[in-house]
Amino acid sequence: MSEQDSLWFKSPPPPHHPPEPPVRKAPEMVAITIDGAEVRIPATATILEACRSVGIDTPTLCFLENLTPVNVCRICVVELAGARTLVPACSRQIEPGMDIRTDSPRVRLARKMVIEFLASSVDLSTAPQALEYARRYGADSTRYGTSRESDTSHDRDTRLPGHHHVPEGIGAETVEQPVKVDNDLYVRDYGKCILCYKCVEACGEDAQNTFAIAVAGRGFDARISTEANVSLPDSACVYCGNCIGVCPTGALMFRSEYEMRQAGIWNESKQTSTDTICSYCGVGCTLTLHVQDNRIVKVTSPIESSVTNGHLCIKGRFGFEYVHGGLDQQADG
Amino acid sequence: MDLHFQGPEATPDEKAAVDTVLGPPTSAWSGGARNLEEEGRSTLLGGHAARAERHLLLPVLHAVQSRFGWVPPGALDYICRRLTIPPAEAYGVVTFYHLYSATPQPASVAHVCDDIACRIRGAESICLHLERTIGPEGSGGWKRSPCLGRCEQAPAALVLNSGESQVAVSLAPASATEIVAAKSSAEHVPDGFESLRTSIPQFGDKSLRLLGRAGRVDPGDLSAYRRSGGYAALARAFELGPEGVIAEVLSSKLMGRGGAAFPTGRKWEAVAKAPGRPHYVVCNADESEPGTFKDRILLEGDPFAVIEGMTIAGFATGSSRGFLYLRGEYPVAATRVQAALAAARSAGLLGEEILGSGFSFEIELRIGAGAYICGEETALFESIEGKRGEPRNKPPFPVHVGLFGKPTVVNNVETLANVPLILAMGGEKFAGIGTAGSSGPKLFCVSGMVERPGVYEVDFGKTLGDLIAMAGGVAGGRTLRAVLLGGAAGVFVGPDKLSMPLTLEDTRAAGATLGSGVVMAFDDTVDLGDILGRIAAFFRDESCGQCVPCRVGTVRQEELIARLRNGETLGTHQDELALLKEIGQVMRDASICGLGQTAANAIESALVSLDAWPERKESR
Repeated sequence: MSEQDSLWFKSPPPPHHPPEPPVRKAPEMVAITIDGAEVRIPATATILEACRSVGIDTPTLCFLENLTPVNVCRICVVELAGARTLVPACSRQIEPGMDIRTDSPRVRLARKMVIEFLASSVDLSTAPQALEYARRYGADSTRYGTSRESDTSHDRDTRLPGHHHVPEGIGAETVEQPVKVDNDLYVRDYGKCILCYKCVEACGEDAQNTFAIAVAGRGFDARISTEANVSLPDSACVYCGNCIGVCPTGALMFRSEYEMRQAGIWNESKQTSTDTICSYCGVGCTLTLHVQDNRIVKVTSPIESSVTNGHLCIKGRFGFEYVHGGLDQQADG
Repeated sequence: MDLHFQGPEATPDEKAAVDTVLGPPTSAWSGGARNLEEEGRSTLLGGHAARAERHLLLPVLHAVQSRFGWVPPGALDYICRRLTIPPAEAYGVVTFYHLYSATPQPASVAHVCDDIACRIRGAESICLHLERTIGPEGSGGWKRSPCLGRCEQAPAALVLNSGESQVAVSLAPASATEIVAAKSSAEHVPDGFESLRTSIPQFGDKSLRLLGRAGRVDPGDLSAYRRSGGYAALARAFELGPEGVIAEVLSSKLMGRGGAAFPTGRKWEAVAKAPGRPHYVVCNADESEPGTFKDRILLEGDPFAVIEGMTIAGFATGSSRGFLYLRGEYPVAATRVQAALAAARSAGLLGEEILGSGFSFEIELRIGAGAYICGEETALFESIEGKRGEPRNKPPFPVHVGLFGKPTVVNNVETLANVPLILAMGGEKFAGIGTAGSSGPKLFCVSGMVERPGVYEVDFGKTLGDLIAMAGGVAGGRTLRAVLLGGAAGVFVGPDKLSMPLTLEDTRAAGATLGSGVVMAFDDTVDLGDILGRIAAFFRDESCGQCVPCRVGTVRQEELIARLRNGETLGTHQDELALLKEIGQVMRDASICGLGQTAANAIESALVSLDAWPERKESR
């Protein structure tokens, strides 16, 4: 090393010991009872995490590991000894001595009714998880009557809080409404929306910090909306697609997937998925490419990826067409 | 947060309306002219400081709504720029409250109450008349409204005329002609405080404690309040010290008067001991339970008592800031409370160093915008914070995590009005009033088919029959069919319960509730099916929509009741009743808040304890 170089840079002395990671205190374990069995769980866990750690499959719809729990769908409710009402497992912290029942008649009834309420008011045809819960809890959505005459107007976007049409006849009111197709990248079919708030969270505080969508209206007329219900291109949307990534019912969908489904050629059994790293910038996001017939039909990111937590940006999510460029040239040639 | 604005620019008028609340913009960030030379980049009010003003959203929306009759998109964008709020969220707030409108509507809108007490007193014929003379609901400047809190003089209406100075005319009893006339009035002088006497049938009774001043002492005259014993309790509180005050309230066994009947002293104690700072005091004056009007009478008739109670609560719990959240349908109460706050402030009874005690306390009046759910304490916090009134999950409870995430004591108006009494007479003595489980005086809102509807003050222990007799019995000497206790979230009882003492313990034992003190009587001419239909519609309208059991359950409940009333049942009548029970069960068990948890109570109780209408319909 020349003398001049050392003016600019002095390397640090070699360490006596290799650096060690800071000591993390093991979380305190507390004893609770789940379905009659005493278990020891880290004190920081929620009831949902406790149930999952002992292998009890608790249904969830509005919960996702990478979002703040909003506990609005109420399908994860469990019975807690001493509590007047059932409690949401997804957000309730455990406390020492809690006595929890996850499969009591009260719990089963509540879960059945929640899924019946959803199935009778929302189109769940692209929500396999919800349909599986409906089977599990024996939900029968026809008990509320056939769905009321289909509403092809955009009426739901302009309903006023505190006012509704008094029901006539025996039909069950639904959230059916026309599909919103106003851009090239995604489709919003709010007739399939269970109002789980996930897209709002992903668009806002929990991921993108864009706040292009929020809940508008009140009660049964509450809906996901941009400001003044403008189209997505006029809104603050940056097309990161993270709302699609978290949507549990297919209400938000890639336009490519939507069009293939419309054409009847969407076939998940023929799809393969391949993990790769996004090539656009240096962050290094993991991409999962869903490929059908040698074409990318959808891009997601694994929720357990420490880089993305399942979220992406517009380039990683939608900027894959160039891959097809070569294929198309081959086809043309 | 990268705010995106695409709507039209706010007009100068719109900007001026916003600026009446927020003051002129100080920087380009908040919508003013860009002047980097003078501002410098570093002085822009942005980030956390700007977002921390979000709690001004409702006040500023009120300013715009009352100026233009709706919230134009340009004005909303300008508000968002000023307060750093994403436009989509602000739109969500505007469309949540039914006194705001995101779409143009006539400058004058009459809100005509068609809720329970008013519909049995002729509300429907007013609506029919308005339909003929003005036009169909919504299009022609009138709307049906949930309970306006004037049940003792039903039917009621509230006319809101927007303009440079908003005119709010609260009419009760209202007639269609008066409503039409009020719609074109450019100014309005509300009746004097003496007019409250018609709502207080016991007026003049020297033994009244809570209602002693209402209608007698000028609510705008602070010295009159002090001459009648006011602010002695605050001086006493300063002698006792915070712990001493809490000890008195604990020993008084005062239970909250808003409906949940939680011991007030324990709430105060928990907040006083909570480690987080600052602490807040919130007075819940969002009295929206159908059939309830006692808090309005207190605030219109004796606002200083409530303010004194809040100040004492602030002193006891170590708070320096309080919010009084009043429902938007009470314009007279709003004016009187605002004036009382100003009078207290200028007399040194609010603000820095109150009465030289070293204790500082300030109270802000916040006006709701039409949402029953905001009476739920955590929804009320959200509303003050400038958000949609969606209740939070509990725990954590407000005493630990409340307004702005800080320890908060939230008390009903009547609860706070009891506090000066407790300090004046001593907790022990207060506990001696009433029964062992229910101490003190209690206000009951008696309405419906009785001779003398009004707010009644009795010591706990009087029976339901006593109270109805005090109100002159059933109007016209007809037969009592049912009584609704506690409002839409309460229960129906039959005439067999007339001997039930109206105490917390006796009503609980009978499977009933006192709720907010509603006693609404129905005679045998009333169509109970119609009443139940209205209650179901009420909950469907007022559900915030956040959780599935309540959002969909209230719709399914209303549909089911419509089927029973029409006689078009799905399956047998028994199937429908079983389904109704399951709907009620999931709402009670799995809803986030008290609205959903009680949305089936009145309807179920009508089926159980009254020989209710569905059987009658079926036997036809």
